[in-house]
Amino acid sequence: MKRKFWSVLSLVVILGLVLTGCGGGAAPDGGGSADEPYKVALVYIGPPGDLGWTYEHDRGRKAVEEKFGDTVETTYIENVEEGPDSARVMRQYAQEGYDMIFATSFGYMDHMYEVAQEFPDVKFEHCSGFKTLDNMATYFGRIYQPRYLSGIVAGKMTQNNNIGYVAAFPIPEVIRGINAFTLGVRSVNPDAEVHVVWTNTWYDPVIEREAAVALLDGGADIIAQHQDTTEPQKAAQERGAMSIGYDSDMRAFVGDTVLTSPIWNWGSYYINTIQAGKDGKWETHQFWGGLKEGVVELAEMSPKVPQDVRDLVAAAEKEILDGNDVFCGPITAQDGSVFVAEGQCMSDGDMLGMSVFVEGVVGTIPED
Amino acid sequence: MQIIFEKRESVSRQAVILVPIVSFLVSLLFGAILLALSGANPFITYGAMFSGAFGTWNRFTETLVKAIPLMLTGLGVSIAFRMRFWNIGAEGQLTLGGVAAAGVALYLSQGLPGWLVLLLCILAGCIAGAIWAGVPAILKAYLKVDETLTTLMLNYVAILFSEQLYYVSWRAPGYNSGTAPFPETAWLPRIAGRAHIGLFFAIILAGILWFVFNRTRWGFELKIIGENQTAARYLGIDIERNIVLAILLSGAISGLAGASEVLGIARRLQQGLSVGYGYTAIIVAWMAQLNPIVILFVGILMAALLVGGDQIQMKMRLPAAVGLVLQGMILIPMLAGSIFTEYHIRIIRPQKTGVEAEA
Repeated sequence: MKRKFWSVLSLVVILGLVLTGCGGGAAPDGGGSADEPYKVALVYIGPPGDLGWTYEHDRGRKAVEEKFGDTVETTYIENVEEGPDSARVMRQYAQEGYDMIFATSFGYMDHMYEVAQEFPDVKFEHCSGFKTLDNMATYFGRIYQPRYLSGIVAGKMTQNNNIGYVAAFPIPEVIRGINAFTLGVRSVNPDAEVHVVWTNTWYDPVIEREAAVALLDGGADIIAQHQDTTEPQKAAQERGAMSIGYDSDMRAFVGDTVLTSPIWNWGSYYINTIQAGKDGKWETHQFWGGLKEGVVELAEMSPKVPQDVRDLVAAAEKEILDGNDVFCGPITAQDGSVFVAEGQCMSDGDMLGMSVFVEGVVGTIPED
Repeated sequence: MQIIFEKRESVSRQAVILVPIVSFLVSLLFGAILLALSGANPFITYGAMFSGAFGTWNRFTETLVKAIPLMLTGLGVSIAFRMRFWNIGAEGQLTLGGVAAAGVALYLSQGLPGWLVLLLCILAGCIAGAIWAGVPAILKAYLKVDETLTTLMLNYVAILFSEQLYYVSWRAPGYNSGTAPFPETAWLPRIAGRAHIGLFFAIILAGILWFVFNRTRWGFELKIIGENQTAARYLGIDIERNIVLAILLSGAISGLAGASEVLGIARRLQQGLSVGYGYTAIIVAWMAQLNPIVILFVGILMAALLVGGDQIQMKMRLPAAVGLVLQGMILIPMLAGSIFTEYHIRIIRPQKTGVEAEA
């Protein structure tokens, strides 16, 4: 008898939920008209409070709100897993009449690709991926350029030539950053080495910290990183070491032990893209802006960085802006072979597929 | 003053019906307080959550997508819990089930007829889950090794192993994680939206388990083992063999959950398989009082809470953390409520004129 009552009760509860759900909360789905605001949604992998990757995207979102006022409505959802859950979230935004959806992590790519095909009238923007459709574009930045500049700072400031690098995944984006940073280091200090530890996560404060501690235990006196949070910087500071931040100006959150940070500036990209969407001029694209476009830059340096280092950085920055990019030869690969021959520069395609370390990196890329 | 919990000799029918309802109302009240403190109108928030989980056909199918693995793992652990075998390892069994199904789909499917591929994938998932549960079962049955620890720890082994596969060994070129998509022959058919036929597996299994538990000798033996091992031994029940068999079944069903999740939803092995279904399953099984049929409905309820939780961010613009805290606050009274069905509470006041009261 007891079991029967439970079954009946559950059924009643569920039915009750279904009915109230259907009756009460039917949200107005469907497109907007001219006087309705242009609706934009962003899908975040972490919280804006990570003070790094997501923080910067949210700063871009706020710039949009400030610029457009009431004519654009923005919203976001945080802590969305890179798995199947992300498709549900994007689908709901599309169904609720959002005009443009930004997904700000690589792993959302296939799920956005799937949802985008169901909603041809919605514009989809995927950060850091490579799949596009008529209504799905990609956007990213040449963060390797300010990374190279930050390498110069690290190369000059290291005392023992042992620099640690907390890295997320062994994929071209991250490998490119490690290589650019190492080239910067070695351009001013050919004896220094960059030790890499993989975390296999973009956002996990605990693991990021543990990886930094492992590198510090190995004797590193400067910690650089490709992660979403400030934890590696905090770990370095607690051990009396210096660090190079990433994503945001981490010196503002951690202190002057963060010598500088390669940072993102999404505001102008978001504003331009949303303006194009509002004007009906949006077309699919693959945006990859650099120092010149202002989407990436090197944050203001710590007072601990002396003037001669600042001068070196300024000179290198000018060279990049003049067109002599980071991956121009001669560059030697980790195994001693030719990475880029003298007088040649890597194409964008080759850079986007980079899968080998340059000389000076200590670490391995896991083989498939 | 002293408060005593006394086990009820028989559970009254009113208590069985009233306690969950009252618990649910208390849950909503707790949640409402939290929401009000966060600056959100509780009525609008609950409305948005219900609507987010059930408001349209598409949302309902998404709730089912989440409910299927909860139902299956809930059924899986309920078998173990019947015998008081604390299988906390459904998460690992689910993960390995997904891994095995993916392995067959990716590497052993060439040249086989389509119907056989899917069947083999599912079978591989069940076997992997069964093996992963079988190890603690044998350790428990023959060496008396505490299963709470072994099943829990094996979760981490399974999850890290799966990460090794989709981050490194089986990773598709060009991706930071995830294998290549499975061939279409290995796709589990979908019924509506992304909800797949794993739903039927869950319903059929619930029916079978209900029958086994209530109408067969074996089901009776499991119940006796759970309630009184000494009595079971006197009755001539082979306890060791039954523990191992039941836990193999328990693991196989969790493995099936993992297999149907990768074959029906992601259709590749990737991040997002192990998102806590196996742990939530424990709550599902207990809230359903281990009744297989009720597990189906509680699975939907829990899935609704998870899917509806999105709305706390999307509609109410509250941080993700509020959603998680709210889900916790709703669950605690519902679980605690079972104390009142199983136990009397007696408050003993000191006697006013007694000698002890003076002391």
